[in-house]
Amino acid sequence: MNSVFVYCEIEDGQVAEVSMELLTKGRSLATELKCKLEAIAIGYKLDGIEKDIFPYGVDVLHIADDKRLAPYTTLPHNSIVVKLFQEEKPQIALMGASSVGRDLGPRVSSALHSGLTADCTSLVIGDHEDKKADKIYTDLLYQIRPAFGGNIIATIINPDCRPQMATVREGVMKKEILDPKYKGSINKLDVSKYTNDTDFVVEMIERHMEKSKVNIKGAGIIVAGGYGVGSKENFNLLFELAEVLGGEVGASRAAVDSGYVDHERQVGQTGTTVRPKLYIACGISGQIQHRAGMEESAQIIAINTDPEAPINSIADYVITGDVAVILPKMIKFYKANTK
Amino acid sequence: MKGYKIIVLAKQVPDTRNVGKDAMKADGTVNRAALPAIFNPEDLNALEQALRIKDKFPGTTITILTMGPGRAAEIIREGMFRGADDGILLTDRAFAGSDTLATSYALGQTLKKHGNYDIIIAGRQAIDGDTAQVGPQVAEKLGLPQVTYVEEVLAISKGFVTMKRRLERGVEVVKCPIPLVITVNSSAPDCRARNAKLIMKYKHAKTISEMQEANDDYLHLYNDRPYLNIKEWTVNDIDAVADELGLTGSPTKVKKVENVVLQSKGAKVITSSDEDMDQLMRELIENHTIG
Repeated sequence: MNSVFVYCEIEDGQVAEVSMELLTKGRSLATELKCKLEAIAIGYKLDGIEKDIFPYGVDVLHIADDKRLAPYTTLPHNSIVVKLFQEEKPQIALMGASSVGRDLGPRVSSALHSGLTADCTSLVIGDHEDKKADKIYTDLLYQIRPAFGGNIIATIINPDCRPQMATVREGVMKKEILDPKYKGSINKLDVSKYTNDTDFVVEMIERHMEKSKVNIKGAGIIVAGGYGVGSKENFNLLFELAEVLGGEVGASRAAVDSGYVDHERQVGQTGTTVRPKLYIACGISGQIQHRAGMEESAQIIAINTDPEAPINSIADYVITGDVAVILPKMIKFYKANTK
Repeated sequence: MKGYKIIVLAKQVPDTRNVGKDAMKADGTVNRAALPAIFNPEDLNALEQALRIKDKFPGTTITILTMGPGRAAEIIREGMFRGADDGILLTDRAFAGSDTLATSYALGQTLKKHGNYDIIIAGRQAIDGDTAQVGPQVAEKLGLPQVTYVEEVLAISKGFVTMKRRLERGVEVVKCPIPLVITVNSSAPDCRARNAKLIMKYKHAKTISEMQEANDDYLHLYNDRPYLNIKEWTVNDIDAVADELGLTGSPTKVKKVENVVLQSKGAKVITSSDEDMDQLMRELIENHTIG
């Protein structure tokens, strides 16, 4: 039975969070399919990296270690993965839906003529009947993802091409060590056999990792706070909820003017106009200027101590109460219902 | 300096950011007719990068390549109003149902046929699919290096392009030889507005199909002013293997589609009790709003 493969992203010699989450998912898929879980780590000075990878239940770890392989550039990583997949013929290959995985995945899938589904939110094994061809496929990977700006949820399959490739965003899957003593085997790749000199044409001139810009415009979920949040400290609750839900924090002008958060998070006429799937308005009264910037949100939850707050008139859910009480409960019950 | 030959890959998309109450049909499918068709936003960021290269290097030409139905010629004209020189509309029933790989194959074959490119620039992703796959896949089909997530083209010199990339957690400056494929992020500068003179110049620009439907009054224009002819290519204009196209050429298949409930049903008033909070989070997870 062909293996499940996970491409392990390496940042500063460390396995990326998203890769550990995918190893966890990959292990459960491999167990269900009764096959091996294999991983590939590409980078420089990777000695000992297996200690961070085997505990997730990895049976074989392929390592490509060379000075020219870090930091990540597309072409050499692509050549190694493509050649290895041609040799090993995995049935499933998973990558993070990160800056790296979303750059590498499509190129690999094009070279192998295998299908790739981006940004999956769920991966499940299931069967498929092709009525036209009168053919039944067993144990396919159902790649489930939102599409169309999040307005539909699609289940994608790759009946005929292998590997079935999918990317998943960080935080979507749960990370869990299978067995700290799990022992897999290591396969060190001869990098010169897996790459060509022409793979190194892109030159890295400068590189620095920094805090990324706030992007409330593109966020699918926004937890926004107003003057009613009361303090900068209370805003931390909004950041917590946003992180748990995979969203961003927004604010009303009153909250920005009070110094609770930076101006770049301001929603409204003088800030950013947003149309997320879900807008959670915390302690925002809902002046017209603010509403103009968010009333097209698909769903609105208004949390306010004032039952007559104008924001309530455009909300789908109205919760009358204290933000400091309600937000921790939302976090608690979200976690309780997703795990 | 004779400038560069730039191809901008663009897509006409339904405006999924502007989903109104009638965007979903009763049967749960998307009502495309209710959504305005727009120039994919990040493809406009890509066009702006191309226009900036053209500003700096006189003699540069910009060709917009799009695959889609006949009406997608609208975005080619839109691009011309902002400074693109011409366009190719790739349109054929044979492309229907293409996933990203079949799309990239068709675009790749078109580019091979057209040739004559130094720099291919596309938006990072289209808002109707958000896959970010077509740029890198086209690069692979053409055997070109790719530089994704570009925020700014910093310099072009001696056959190399230097660019700033905006990643999730940082920035990189990379230098890549020409020819190459670049994909541009939404964090890059917005596209400039339409230019009044260019609107006058190109407002009658049409594909052959559009000309055939159009009023005869202007038909004489197309011989006198060749720049008004938007190329319309079908599968017969590119060397394509039929099995690689459309639904047949797409390794990924859609097994099932579920509607995400969008309608506001009037405010539900709930309390902060544990029961209500638990119920709320369940509802939001079940209707795919969160989770």
